[in-house]
Amino acid sequence: MASTSVATAPGRSAWDGGVSPMGASYGKLMMWFFLLSDAFTFSALLVTYGMVRSAHQAYAGTVEAFKFSASYWPIPEKVFEAVPFLHGVELPLVFVGIMTFILIMSSVTMVLAVEAGHRMDRVAVEKWMLWTILGGLTFLGCQAWEWSHFIHGAETGKAVADGTTYFGASLTHNQYGPRDFAAFFFFITGFHGTHVFSGVVLNFLIYYNTVMGVYDRRGHYEMVEKVGLYWHFVDLVWVFVFTFFYLV
Amino acid sequence: MAHSEETTHVTVIPPDTAKIKKLWMTAGILLVITLLEFTVAFTVPHEYKDVRVWIFILMTIVKAAYIVGEFMHLRYEAKILMWSILIPLVFVVWMLVAFIYEGTQISVARFFH
Repeated sequence: MASTSVATAPGRSAWDGGVSPMGASYGKLMMWFFLLSDAFTFSALLVTYGMVRSAHQAYAGTVEAFKFSASYWPIPEKVFEAVPFLHGVELPLVFVGIMTFILIMSSVTMVLAVEAGHRMDRVAVEKWMLWTILGGLTFLGCQAWEWSHFIHGAETGKAVADGTTYFGASLTHNQYGPRDFAAFFFFITGFHGTHVFSGVVLNFLIYYNTVMGVYDRRGHYEMVEKVGLYWHFVDLVWVFVFTFFYLV
Repeated sequence: MAHSEETTHVTVIPPDTAKIKKLWMTAGILLVITLLEFTVAFTVPHEYKDVRVWIFILMTIVKAAYIVGEFMHLRYEAKILMWSILIPLVFVVWMLVAFIYEGTQISVARFFH
C-alpha cells in the first residue's frame, strides 16, 4: 500500500521526492492515466458517431410508421428489439437493458472483491472474482448473440434498387439505414467488447493469483484494485454506449 | 511487504457492513436511473427530441459520477489525483461541441440548400 500523508521536511515540497503527493502507488496512478487516455479514444468514437449521425437526415415521421431506409438514420429502438428465445416478439431495447443490468451487477461484485482484498480475505476475493468473471462472460455471450442477430437481420429486410431484398448488415450494406450506421455499430460495440474480453482475461489472472496465494504472500491485494479500476471503466463506457447508441 | 516465506499467516479483517451496504446502495441507484431512462425512452414522445436527449445526457452523467466516484473510489482519493483525471476531460466537451456543430452544418449544406 502506498504511504499516504507523509509529513514533508521544512523547506521541501511534496514534489521534492520521498513522498507520494497523489497518495497512490505507481501502478495505480498509471492505471488511472491509461484509463484517461482510453476515455479519449472512446469519446472520439462516440463523438464521431454523433457527428456522422447529425450529418445525416433524421427520420421525420411517427414512430409507428417507421420503416428502414438508407436515406435517414434509423430509430435505435426499431433496430434493437429482439430478445433470444422470443422470436418475432417486438421488445424494443429489452435485451440491451438486460446486458446493462449484467454489467452493472458485475461491477458491484468487482468492487466487493476489492473490498475483500483490503481486508486480506482470500476466500471472499475468490468468490467475488468468480461472480465478476461469470458476469463478464455472460455479457460477452449476449453481445455475440446481438451481433449475430444484427448481421443476419430481421424478417422485413430492405428493398434494393435491383429489385432484391437485403437482409441484415455487413460492412458495405445494411437493411437498417445508411451504411455508416452498421459500421459504427460494429466498431463501437466491437471496441467495447474487446475491452470486456481483455477485462475477463485480466480478472481470470487475478483470480488465479489469488487462489495460488500470490497476494497473501505479497502482503496486499492491490492488483485486485488496479484491475478493478479497469473493469469499472468498461462498465462506465457501456453506460455511455447505451445512452448514445441505443437510447438517443 | 518484504516477507515471502512459504507459510504466511494472514489476519483477515472482518467486513465493514456499513461500507458494503453503501456499495449495494450505489448499485441500486444505478439500476433505478437505468429504469428511469427506459421510462423516459417510452413515455416522452420522439417529437420532443431535444428534451429526451438532454434528460438522457443528464442521467448518464449522474450514473458516470456514481461509477467513477464510488466504485472507482475517485471521490476519496487525493484531490490532486481527482482533478488530474477530471480536468483533461474538458477536451471531450470541446470535441463534442465542435464535431456536433460540424455535423449539423454538413447536414444543412446537404439537405437544405
